[in-house]
Amino acid sequence: MDISSINWALLLASLMVAATPILLAAIGELVVERAGVLNLGVEGMMISGAVCGFIVAHHSGSPWLGFLGAALGGAALSVLFAVLVLNLLSNQVATGLALTLFGLGMSSLVGRGYNGIKAPVFDKVDIPLLSDIPVLGPILFQHDLMVYLGLALVISTWAVLNHTRAGLILRAVGENHEAAHALGYKVVGIRYLAIMFGGACAGLGGAYISLVRVPQWTDGMTAGAGWIALAIVVFAGWKPWRLLIGAYLFGGVTVLQLNLQAAGVAIPVEYLSMSPYIATILVLVIMSAGRAPGSLGRTFHASR
Amino acid sequence: MSSETLLSLKGLTKAYPGVVANSDVSFDIRAGEIHALLGENGAGKSTLVKTIYGLVKPDRGEMVLGGAPYHPAEPRAARTAGVAMVFQHFSLFDALNVAENIALGMEDPPRQRDLAMQIRKVSDDYGLPLDPTRIVGELSAGERQRVEIVRCLLQNPRLLIMDEPTSVLTPQEVQILFQTLRQLSSEGTSILYISHKLEEIRALCQHATILRLGKVVGTCDPRRTQARDMAEMMVGTSLLTPEKAPGEIGEVVLELRKLSAPPPHQFGSALREISVSVRKGEVLGIGGVAGNGQDELLAALSGEMTTPNDMVMIKGQPSGALGPTARRRAGLCAAPEERNGHAAAPDMSLTENALLSGRVRRGLTSRGFVDWPAARDFADEIIATFDVRTPGADNMARSLSGGNLQKFVIGREILQKPDVLIVNQPTWGVDAAAAAAIRQALLDLALDGAAVVVISQDLDELMEISDRFAALNEGRLSAPRAAKGLSVEEIGLMLGGAHDMEVAHAEA
Amino acid sequence: MLKLEKRAQPSQVWTYATPLLAVLVTMVAGGLMFAALGEAPVTAIRTIFWDPLFGQFAAFSRPQLLVKAAPLILIAVGLSFGFRAGIWNIGAEGQYIMGAICAAAVGLAFYPLEARWLIFPLMILAGLLGGMGWAMIPALLRVRFGTNEILVSLMLVYVAESLLATMALGPLRNPDGMGFPGSRNLSQYASSANLELIARTGMHWGVVFALVSVILAYGLLSRHIFGFNVRLSGDSPKAAAFSGVQPGRLIIACMAISGALAGAAGMFEVAGPSGQISIDFNVGYGFTAIIVAYLGRLHPLGILLAGFLMALTYIGGEVAQLTLGLPRSAIQLFQGMLLFFLLAMDLLTNYRVRFTKTGGA
Repeated sequence: MDISSINWALLLASLMVAATPILLAAIGELVVERAGVLNLGVEGMMISGAVCGFIVAHHSGSPWLGFLGAALGGAALSVLFAVLVLNLLSNQVATGLALTLFGLGMSSLVGRGYNGIKAPVFDKVDIPLLSDIPVLGPILFQHDLMVYLGLALVISTWAVLNHTRAGLILRAVGENHEAAHALGYKVVGIRYLAIMFGGACAGLGGAYISLVRVPQWTDGMTAGAGWIALAIVVFAGWKPWRLLIGAYLFGGVTVLQLNLQAAGVAIPVEYLSMSPYIATILVLVIMSAGRAPGSLGRTFHASR
Repeated sequence: MSSETLLSLKGLTKAYPGVVANSDVSFDIRAGEIHALLGENGAGKSTLVKTIYGLVKPDRGEMVLGGAPYHPAEPRAARTAGVAMVFQHFSLFDALNVAENIALGMEDPPRQRDLAMQIRKVSDDYGLPLDPTRIVGELSAGERQRVEIVRCLLQNPRLLIMDEPTSVLTPQEVQILFQTLRQLSSEGTSILYISHKLEEIRALCQHATILRLGKVVGTCDPRRTQARDMAEMMVGTSLLTPEKAPGEIGEVVLELRKLSAPPPHQFGSALREISVSVRKGEVLGIGGVAGNGQDELLAALSGEMTTPNDMVMIKGQPSGALGPTARRRAGLCAAPEERNGHAAAPDMSLTENALLSGRVRRGLTSRGFVDWPAARDFADEIIATFDVRTPGADNMARSLSGGNLQKFVIGREILQKPDVLIVNQPTWGVDAAAAAAIRQALLDLALDGAAVVVISQDLDELMEISDRFAALNEGRLSAPRAAKGLSVEEIGLMLGGAHDMEVAHAEA
Repeated sequence: MLKLEKRAQPSQVWTYATPLLAVLVTMVAGGLMFAALGEAPVTAIRTIFWDPLFGQFAAFSRPQLLVKAAPLILIAVGLSFGFRAGIWNIGAEGQYIMGAICAAAVGLAFYPLEARWLIFPLMILAGLLGGMGWAMIPALLRVRFGTNEILVSLMLVYVAESLLATMALGPLRNPDGMGFPGSRNLSQYASSANLELIARTGMHWGVVFALVSVILAYGLLSRHIFGFNVRLSGDSPKAAAFSGVQPGRLIIACMAISGALAGAAGMFEVAGPSGQISIDFNVGYGFTAIIVAYLGRLHPLGILLAGFLMALTYIGGEVAQLTLGLPRSAIQLFQGMLLFFLLAMDLLTNYRVRFTKTGGA
C-alpha cells in the first residue's frame, strides 16, 4: 500500500467535483424544507434528471441543453409531488418515498437503450490568471462551469433567504403556515414554486452525475446521492453556508475512498465503498443541532 | 369625536355546511369609536371579523368603508384599505425576529434598518416598548401582543380590529393597553374590540353589538348598561353561578418541594423552586399570564415531565420520577389545556379516548389486552354524566365542539375519582353554560374530598372557585393566599405587575 | 371550483374503496404507458394480471405467488406498526439482507452437519436477530441522539449491500465454488433448506410465518394496549405522552418488530427460493413492501391481500418480460404509480370533495 502515491492537489480538486451533485440537490431541498415541505423524493428527482439530461445531451450533442432538460425533468416530477401533498393533502413522507420509487422505475424505463453510451464532453473552463496560481489554481479554478454554478446557487440562495422580502415570506410560510395564511400569503403557491425549484436543482445534480462525473447512463446510478443530500440539509441545520461544509465533507470522503482503492490500500473495496454512507450517519448523529422549520412536514389545509 | 360612519356592514351572511356562522349581520362603526363586538364562543364573531379582514368571503351582504364599497379579496386588500387586525392566535413566527414579523404584516416595508427605527418610535409613542432584533419565540405573551399591535400601528390604520386582546395580560397591562387604545381612538382611529369580558367592555367601549348564534341580538351603550343585562343578551338565558358549599379540608395529599425543571424545549419556560401543598377538599387556583410555566407545571404534575423523585409528593410518597400511568395509579389525574391533540386524540373515537387516560383507574385492560366493552361503557358513562352532546361513543373526538370535548375530558378525569386533580384552563373557549357546568363539577369533586388544582388565565373563574390563590410568574409560584377578599390590584401585583410596560406618554 | 371539506368521520366506504380504485386507475394508466411503449395495452395488462394465474404456464407461475408474497407480507406487516406510529423505517431492505447474511452464516457454520431440528430453528433465530439488530442502529440513534431514522435506516441499506458483496466474495464464499462469488446453496443442504411444505404450491415455512404474523399483528393492533399505543402515537404524539406512552420504548419496539420480520423474510429467502448469498441476492422486497403496507391500509388483513397483488405484478412482470419483452423497470414504474394513485385517493377518505360555483360574492 502506498498512500504517498495519492496526488493531494488532484484529490482536493476532484473533491469539488464529487461534492457538486449533492450540493445542487441539497440546496434545492433546503429551499423546499425552509418553505415547510419535506420532499423525500430527491433521489427519484435526481435519477430522473440524470436520465433526462443524458438523453437530451446525447441527441442534441450539447451538455448545456442536457442540463436544461434535466432541470425541467426534475421540476416536472416535483410537480407531481406538489399536486399530491399540496392539493390532495397526502402524507409527505409516504409521497416522497413514492416519488423515489416512481423516479427510479421511470428513469430505468426511459433510459433503456442508452446504457453504456458515452456522454458528450463537457468542457472544463480554466479561469484566466487564477487557474495559473500554483496548487490553488488546479484545486479551485480549473473546473467546469457547473461547479461554479453550484457555488453561485448556494450564495444566492443564502442572499435571497436572508436579505429579500421573497426570502422572508418563504421562511414565514415554512415557519408557521397558518399565520402566513392569516396574513394573506399564498401558502400553496409559494410552496409550489419552492418544490419546483427543489426539483430543478435535484435534476441538475443528477445530470451532473450522468454528464460529468461518470459520464454515461447506468440504471440507479445516483446510488443514494439524493438521500445523502437530504441528510446534509439536516446536518446543515437548514443554513446554506453549512450545506457547503456538509457537501465538501461528503465529497472528501468519497474521493478519498476512491483514491485509497486506487492506491491499493489493504482494506477491502466493499468496506471503502460503504464509508460515505457511514460518514453520513456519523455526521447526522454528531451534528443534528439545527432547529427545523416550524411547519416542516405538516399538511396545510386552509379551512375556515 | 366625529359621528361619521367609517364602516357599515349590511346583511352579511356566511354559511358553512351544517352551521350558519353569520346571518344577516348589519351594524355601523363610526370613526374614532371603540366598538365592542360581544358574543359567546361560536356566536360568529371570528367569522365576521375574518370577513372584514378579507380572509372569508361572505355568501351575501355588503360592506361600505369610508363611503366606498368595500369587499376585500384578501387581507392585503384590507390592509391597503386601512383595516388592521391583532389576532388572538396564529399570526406570529417564532423563529423570526420582531422586525421581520412586523415586515411580514406590511404592504411596503421599508429597509430593515429604517423599519427598526420606526418600530422604536411607534412603540415609544404608545408606551409599548419593543426590541426589533429579538426573536419572537423568546418573548412573553404580553410582548408578543405588542408586536402585533405595533405591526398594525405602523400602517396608520383607520380601523383596528382586536380579537380577545386581554386574555394574555395582567390587570395592570390591561390598563395600559386601554390607555393606548383610548389614545388611538382620540386620534381618530376606530377600534372593533372583540371580547366576552363584560367589565372590560363597560370600561372601554362606547358602543356594543351583541351576537348570538350568528345573528345580531342587540346593541347598547355599554357604559350605561348593566353587565348582567349584556350577559343575558349574549347567552339568551339567565346564568347559574356555581355554588361553593363549605367543605371539609383534610390532610395534605399533594406537596411540591422546590419543584424545578429546565425548559423542555427552546421556547418553553423553566420551573423554579415551586413549593406548595394542597389538602383534601381544597381548590387551589393558580393564575398567571400565558407562557409563564403553566404547561410545564401541568406536565411536571401529570408525569409527562419527570423530575427528581422527592420534588413531587403524592399522599406522602415521593412521585417526581413516576410517569403518567404510575401517577394515576397513585391517585393523581390531570387534564391539559389543549383538548384536541393533547388531552384527547382527535382522530380516535370517544371510546378510545376514554381508554387513553382511564385505563388504570377503571381497570380497562387485563394482562395488556383491552376490554373494549368496558371502555365503551366508561365513555357512555362520561357522555351521560356530563351531558356531552354527541351521537355516540363511536364518534371521533374532533367531531365534538370545543365545549363538549372539554366536558368529556374533564368528566373522564373526574369519574376516575382521583385524590388529586390538576386541570389547566378548564373552560378556555367553552360557552358559558358548559363553563358553569365544568366549574360546578370541579367544586363537587373537591366537596367529595379530592384536592383540586386549577391552573387558569381567567381570574374571574379562579376567584369564583378557589379556596386559595397563587400566581405563576416566570416559572415561580407566589405564596398562596386565601382567595376571599383579594383585590384586583393585589392579584395583579402577584401576577408580576406590568412587567416592563410603561404608561403612554401623555403629551410627548 | 373544487372545495375540500374535512369529514367529521373518515368515510368507511372510501377506506375500502380507495385501494381497489387505485388498482383500477393504475391499470388504466399502466395500459396507456404500455401503449406508449408500443405494446397492446390490454394484452400487457392481461399478461401481468391474468396469465400468471390462469394462463398457459399458470401451473408454473402460480406457486411463485406464495413465494413472492411471503417476504412482502412479512416485511410489510412489520413496517405497518412503525408507519402507524409515525416511525419511518424505510431501510427494511437492509434488514432483510442482514437477516439473510446472519442466517446463512449460522447455517454454513454447521455445514455439513446433519441436524435439521437444531440448525433450521437456529437460522430462523439468527435471521430475526440479524434484522432486528440492524434496525436497532437507527432506533437507538433516534432515541439517544434524536437522529432522523428515515435517513439512517436508508443509509444502512447501502452499507448492508456492501456487506452482502463482501460476504459473497469473502467469508461466505463457497470453497468448492471454483472461485465464483456466492455461498454454498443452502436449499440443497438438508439441515438448512427452507423446503416446500406442499409440493408445487410454493408453500414454505416463510409463508407459514407470514400468515402467523398477520394474525398476531391483527390481535396486537385491535385488542392489545400495545397496538392502541401505536395508533395513539401516530394520531397524536402529545396525547400519547399524556396517556403514559414512553416514546423511546415505542420507537425501539416498532423498529425491532419491523427489523426482525424483515430479517426473517431474508432468512426464508436465502434458505429457500434464492438458496445462496450472492451479490444480487436482494431484489427490492424491502422497498416494495412499503407499497404493500400502504396499499393494505397498514391493516394486517389488507396487507395480506396487497401482498398477493404485488406478488402478482412481480410474476406478471416476469412473464411479460419473457413473452412481450417488456422491461423489468416498467413493472417498477407500475408499482410506483400504484402508490401514487393510492395516496392521491386517500383524500376521499378524510375529505369530502364539493363542487362550488366559481366567482366570489
